[in-house]
Amino acid sequence: MLSEWFPNVVMEDMWDATYETLYMTVISVIGTLILGILLGLLLFLSERGNLWQNRLINSVTASAVNIFRAIPFIILILLLFPLTDFLVGTLRGPKAALPALILGAAPFYARLVEIAFKEVDKGVIEAAKTMGAKTHTIIFKVLLPESMPALISGITVTAINLVSFTAMAGIIGAGGLGDLAYLKGFQRRDYDVVVASTIFIVIIVFIFQFIGDYLSKKLDKR
Amino acid sequence: MISIQGLSKLYKTKHQNVQAVDDVSLNIEQGEIFGVIGYSGAGKSTFIRLINRLEEPTGGHINIQGTDITNLPINQLRKRRQKMGMIFQHFNLLWSRTVFDNIAFPLEIAGISKSERQEKVQELIDLVGLKGREKSYPSELSGGQKQRVGIARALANDPDVLLCDEATSALDPETTDDILDLLVSINEKLNLTIIMITHEMHVIQKVCHRVAVMDQGKVVEHGDVLDVFVKPQSKTAKRFVQQLNPLEHKQDSLKRFITEDESTEVIKLHFIGNDAKRALISEVVKTFDVEVNILQGSISPTQEGAYGTLYVELNGNESVIAETLKFIEASGVEVEVIRDVK
Ligand SMILES: Nc1ncnc2c1ncn2[C@@H]1O[C@H](COP(=O)(O)OP(=O)(O)OP(=O)(O)O)[C@@H](O)[C@H]1O
Ligand SMILES: [Mg+2]
Repeated sequence: MLSEWFPNVVMEDMWDATYETLYMTVISVIGTLILGILLGLLLFLSERGNLWQNRLINSVTASAVNIFRAIPFIILILLLFPLTDFLVGTLRGPKAALPALILGAAPFYARLVEIAFKEVDKGVIEAAKTMGAKTHTIIFKVLLPESMPALISGITVTAINLVSFTAMAGIIGAGGLGDLAYLKGFQRRDYDVVVASTIFIVIIVFIFQFIGDYLSKKLDKR
Repeated sequence: MISIQGLSKLYKTKHQNVQAVDDVSLNIEQGEIFGVIGYSGAGKSTFIRLINRLEEPTGGHINIQGTDITNLPINQLRKRRQKMGMIFQHFNLLWSRTVFDNIAFPLEIAGISKSERQEKVQELIDLVGLKGREKSYPSELSGGQKQRVGIARALANDPDVLLCDEATSALDPETTDDILDLLVSINEKLNLTIIMITHEMHVIQKVCHRVAVMDQGKVVEHGDVLDVFVKPQSKTAKRFVQQLNPLEHKQDSLKRFITEDESTEVIKLHFIGNDAKRALISEVVKTFDVEVNILQGSISPTQEGAYGTLYVELNGNESVIAETLKFIEASGVEVEVIRDVK
């Protein structure tokens, strides 16, 4: 039956492409998590009245974040060609997409991180100060754990954005389900391949959403 | 133990400058519960936050057990803060940690080993009466229980002073009394100095030994709680004392007893400490040829003994009344003859 509806779909190609999409998404989610939390922390801490209050650092970070967020992803990939070539040594394949994916998603996530930190009760941070906590203790034992549900739902949204970024990256040769849909589907007029790729992508998105919702709910003891 | 000299805090904002704390000097003794009372905006919170330098003073000095807190570099200040507990109106617990882990937090900061933490936290949980709730999260506790966690957390590193900013203001009257009782018992058990910020005279009356009254950043009056109660000097203190016992100060109802007639006088008696237990009125009636008509009275227990007032009308010969008044004064009870009502 499957071969009736999807005559041109080769399951082996589908699995390979799924693996590439997952590879790109997972690695770039990890990269985004690290870079985004660092940037978000910098934005938050350098704000007026916070632990590292610093106008210069705050405005430089905020501008960088805003500029990267304003660049459409497809253009960001093109802009980053030289950097990608330098870092990865190639412009093709899933690895080559990683710098653009991370730089495209991290600024967005950084803003979500900043909002999550802002929502941490000021009184709790103050209580930690009255106990003599150092800044790193406040970051690791107050800010991060107290904002964990928001950090997780933020990375869930970002991960879903990243799945769609990988599909776009696929069109310029990064591999994955987007690449498959475009090269083996659209260009050959084999629309069943496009539909099958779409179904796979939607399932991946649902799985990310499910894991994210589960974790964030489980950790939320408020 | 804590000596505060000329403490000031000036907030500068774009639109105005606010002198939140204005040249405050106070001495707080080891082991006492020191109250600070004032209306909203009087500068109480600012004052207490200056003591552990959550706010930087713009003038003056705070000396705690020989160390000038105001000049301490930040790393030493952090160490010192571990020995200064603080509890808050809104508890400020970490929702992501259980009761046990919340209380363990200051111990983690102080670098105490895990096994020692375990032991200490258990001890504190017993002290504040939260046995069996170790694994609960703050969201599963009532306000009173949350404040107990706050108190346990503040005591974790065996502080020598406990700072309380409106610690009972978010609680209902009954829970307030429970928390106040707990604070008094901790004060007695550990000989812990407590500084208590509040806007409720009831709290001062119930737990404090001494009190300072704040108004617009200044301490307008301070002294033993009983003295401030019996003879409030400043307008602010008077208003607070009235808030505690509205009946006593609603003198309108006394008006019709007050006359020009020399053979009747309305007098107010102050009983302080052990006097409050004396059978003075019956002594008076037995000794003098006067009629005593009791109009109204009240008694308020404080940390330093009870304080009572009694309004009575004396009917009798003018000279006998004068003698009666002398007798009462000689017995140590303070008398005030009420001639007119404000
Ligand atoms: N960070 C700040 N910046 C500017 N002004 C401030 C700041 N904090 C407090 N103030 C001002 O200082 C004054 C004293 O405030 P404070 O919070 O100490 O009063 P309070 O006695 O604790 O009042 P409440 O009973 O309402 O808590 C107020 O006029 C307030 O507006
Ligand atoms: Mg206040």
